[in-house]
Amino acid sequence: MNETQDTAIALDHVSKSFGKKQVLRDVSFSVARGEAICVLGRSGTGKSVTLKLMIALLKPDAGRISIDEDDITQLERKELSRVRRKMGFLFQSAALFDSLTLHDNLALPLRRLTDKSKQEIEVIIDHVLGQVGLADDKGKMPVELSGGMQKRAGLARALVFEPQILLIDEPSSGLDRITASEIDDLLLEQKTKHHTTMVIVTHDVHCARRVGDRFAVLDQGRLAALGTPQELEHHENETVRMLVGES
Amino acid sequence: MTLFGLKVIANVFRFPFELDQIWSQMGEVGARSLPLVAASGLALGVVMTLHTRSTLVTFGASSMIPELQSLSFFVEIGPLVAALLVSGRVGASIGAVLANMRATEQIDAIEALSIDSFKFLVVPRVVACVLVMPLLTTFMDFCGLLGGFVSEYAMSHLSLQLYVTRAFTGVEWSNFIPPTLKTAVFGFIIGTVSSFFGYSTNEGAEGIGRAATSSVVVSSLLIILADVILVKIIFLVFPESAI
Ligand SMILES: Nc1ncnc2c1ncn2[C@@H]1O[C@H](COP(=O)(O)OP(=O)(O)O)[C@@H](O)[C@H]1O
Ligand SMILES: [Mg+2]
Repeated sequence: MNETQDTAIALDHVSKSFGKKQVLRDVSFSVARGEAICVLGRSGTGKSVTLKLMIALLKPDAGRISIDEDDITQLERKELSRVRRKMGFLFQSAALFDSLTLHDNLALPLRRLTDKSKQEIEVIIDHVLGQVGLADDKGKMPVELSGGMQKRAGLARALVFEPQILLIDEPSSGLDRITASEIDDLLLEQKTKHHTTMVIVTHDVHCARRVGDRFAVLDQGRLAALGTPQELEHHENETVRMLVGES
Repeated sequence: MTLFGLKVIANVFRFPFELDQIWSQMGEVGARSLPLVAASGLALGVVMTLHTRSTLVTFGASSMIPELQSLSFFVEIGPLVAALLVSGRVGASIGAVLANMRATEQIDAIEALSIDSFKFLVVPRVVACVLVMPLLTTFMDFCGLLGGFVSEYAMSHLSLQLYVTRAFTGVEWSNFIPPTLKTAVFGFIIGTVSSFFGYSTNEGAEGIGRAATSSVVVSSLLIILADVILVKIIFLVFPESAI
């Protein structure tokens, strides 16, 4: 098999600073098609920044980032839109549009970017909201939803285009164990049924072990370790062992 | 900011035209400003007449009051005051709304959904301000006249018909159309300046208040500056409009 054809996401010597503060230093790794990588690391090590780089919401200071065959650091806006259409993004803050109902949060991208009919759009919305357990909350405004519900709504919005690549920032933070494990089921289903490539930032080792094929551990802006959970359990770096070990 | 303004102009005529967004923003701008503009127009109308009356009566020229009222509103008071009011009301709100969307990653979310956030959020707001400003100005003019009539009626029981006739005798179209259309430029300033501060802020939650304040301060200043220039231009192009 050809390696580039099999790679969905590749970071190649990526560095990123904000002002004087260097957040990522020379990070390289790639995610194969259909693979789920969990990104672990302490707060503030640049996990969210890594995800945003992958969808070109941020530009790296150095290095290349490819999605399939496209180097997204070099793309024009139109080409970038094409690449983003295959990706779904869940923000750490959920980032729902606060002036729109939950229903309209999902309908907006469908109405604007597809020529689907009203009924087709309703079917999709009902389907994805059902998947995240929010079917009865369609008419609510984001402020009326709890933090966990907002997270699930954000996930639903990331799923409306049936993306080939899902970038997910802390799906289960603020959720109870039961709901969190339902989200894990959903992610697992995306992986097995739709072969979605996933990058999941999480603090939940339980979830990471269920869904993730490999772990990428960030520490102080560097990639401290990359490998299967079993491989990393005996890693020489203590931070890595602590983050990966089951508590 | 100049670049930002040019980018707005470049994007207005690019597909898709965002007509829905423009329409709903026009509703927002109109609804937010209308009560303010109406109240200020009426009050200013009353006050202006009180002033002109005290002066003109001493010259025995009280029949000129309506004409003076309509001229001053059409030519300068209506356009300028309406623009300053809208910059305070709408400018602050555009600045705050966009800054909030930036701080809460909603603008990033729009981009992540592969929607052009600039075209979707900024352009419709600017276009709405440009289109609504002349309408609000016209409305302000008539509220001013109404206030003037009420004040005059209280003093001299002048009939509405006579008031209207006198108000419009010395007024040319060139006293009304160019000054009213110049407010489209004010609308462009309000929309562009406040969108600029809101859209470009990068300071998280604290940036929201600052974006709102900067929007109002900068757009008010630019409006007054632009007014000086536009009045000069109008005099050059329509010499007959000079009063
Ligand atoms: N847009 C930004 N501007 C300035 N600094 C930022 C920005 N985004 C993130 N940072 C900084 O980068 C560092 C890493 O942030 P982040 O990726 O959100 O951490 P985490 O690993 O907890 O997700 C933090 O110190 C944060 O303050
Ligand atoms: Mg984070």
